[in-house]
Amino acid sequence: MRPDPAGVLTGAHYLDGDFACGEGAMAAGCRFVAGYPITPSTEVVERISRRFPAMGGTFIQMEDELASMAAVVGAAWTGTKAMTVTSGPGFSLMMENIGLAAMMETPCVVVNVQRGGPSTGLPTMVGQGDVMQARWGSHGDYEVIALTPQSPQEAFDLTIDAFNLSERFRVPVMFMMDECVGHMTERVVIPEPEEIDVVPRVLTDKSPQEFEPYSVNGTEIPEFARAGDGYRFHTTGLTHDERGYPVMSVDCQETCVSRLLDKINDNADEIVRFEEEGIEDAEVVVVTYGITARVARLAIDLARAEGVKVGLLRLIVIWPFAERRIRDLARSVGAMVVPEINYGQLVLEVERCAGGRCPVVSVTHGGGGVHDPAVIAKKIIEAGASRT
Amino acid sequence: MSEGGRVEVRVTGFGGQGVVLAGHIIGRACAIHAGKNATMIQSFGPEARGSACSATLAISDGEVLYPYIGRPDILVAMSSEGFEKYRDELKDDGILVYEQDLVHPVVKEGQRAYGAPSTRIAESLGRAIVQNIVMVGFFGATTGLVPVEALREAVEHSVPAGTEKLNLAAFDRGFEYHKNVLTQPALEVDRPPLEGAPG
Repeated sequence: MRPDPAGVLTGAHYLDGDFACGEGAMAAGCRFVAGYPITPSTEVVERISRRFPAMGGTFIQMEDELASMAAVVGAAWTGTKAMTVTSGPGFSLMMENIGLAAMMETPCVVVNVQRGGPSTGLPTMVGQGDVMQARWGSHGDYEVIALTPQSPQEAFDLTIDAFNLSERFRVPVMFMMDECVGHMTERVVIPEPEEIDVVPRVLTDKSPQEFEPYSVNGTEIPEFARAGDGYRFHTTGLTHDERGYPVMSVDCQETCVSRLLDKINDNADEIVRFEEEGIEDAEVVVVTYGITARVARLAIDLARAEGVKVGLLRLIVIWPFAERRIRDLARSVGAMVVPEINYGQLVLEVERCAGGRCPVVSVTHGGGGVHDPAVIAKKIIEAGASRT
Repeated sequence: MSEGGRVEVRVTGFGGQGVVLAGHIIGRACAIHAGKNATMIQSFGPEARGSACSATLAISDGEVLYPYIGRPDILVAMSSEGFEKYRDELKDDGILVYEQDLVHPVVKEGQRAYGAPSTRIAESLGRAIVQNIVMVGFFGATTGLVPVEALREAVEHSVPAGTEKLNLAAFDRGFEYHKNVLTQPALEVDRPPLEGAPG
């Protein structure tokens, strides 16, 4: 359906990635944000808190990140599209309630503008060290969806996609920006409301008497009833049956948890998104994401000038992982090179999917800046040389 | 200028002068009103009001991939401390645009420097706060990097509502001041000579 025009600031703007993310959220229909300010993410909520009153939205500056995530879960259960915004240290604090959101199948968006870590690390400087935490940060088995924008324009576009995916799959979606994209200002074109697709919260048409909150009847996503609409139901972080009641049994655990995984994994082909450049005859493929994808394209130019046939696979959705594509590529290319601003995180997934069919080279950076393109180019050239 | 038509600019001054807004206006003029791409990064550090602060721009007719700058083609210095901090990185054939009452530059052979009393001009308009906009006007005239109409539009869209008239007056005064220091823009660009410039 089309978005509420009140949230869509149509036109060409000069915005940083944080502001663009905020605009994307408002265009997607987000009307509740709870957060605790943290560099480099604060501009997202600055933007939203300034614009929300005119469209009837609610922003609450909470006492901390635990409470922020709890408020988002609560708001989402009233039928509102809800989001929180943070950076690494706050992301760690949110993990408990992100797990709750996953278990309760709560549609919501968590924005993490990544900075250098661990701990409080480099507050004002870039990192990509939270990409594994986005997937594995809370305890137990669950699946999430995570996206990585490479520009302010994508911060706008993909925030809308993040909300749409959260609604479609009733799952917390991690929006993994990085400080560089968050704090860089570029042209952002916001289309007319008629050109934007938003997935609304679909409410059950069952009567309160027949409704069961976690009954799926052959589908993988349960129907939603808003708290306060007269439906008597129970929802909990405990392992639960179709009625939402806790049941401590092996059978119920299997039914309850496997569906949390299956609803994402069975639909991975629909969710996974990537962009390819010059892959057709590539001997080396650079696999990367976020700001590092832009820097890698300069490295690719340098390596091509040295005669290396090199292509780019830019991951847009990092979770679920582009497993099938990496498996296929590993059969046909000589090597994969994986630059990221951490000491080697998503490269582990690339290695796993490549399954030893081709060498996988990690190009690490501890954070605080982006790679020197020449450093990535050197690894590409070495990988190309070992191929021949 | 850099390869591939990429031009790099650093704007520096002290916190509170509107350094980031000046950078934002130049970037917006390029990216929204002049059909170029412009990536702006503002410095985030322990900067507070009064200490050196800066914004950088990578401007190109093509795509800007690498967001940070190396050695800028143009340094806009609105404070002495900012100039001292960044003077060495200006390209050997780069252009310095500066606040002449606050910055007393020594430039290398091959570099060109253009100063304007932007603070005094702003004060003569009744508000020292528009000093940065005077400087944006002077930058536009001296460098010729982006058409004056684009810069003017960017000023109009970037300043607080209700202050457009004052800020546009500041911009025009800064722009006109170039007549005191040079006859045509410092960059070789494919456009007609400046209005009022001889020859």
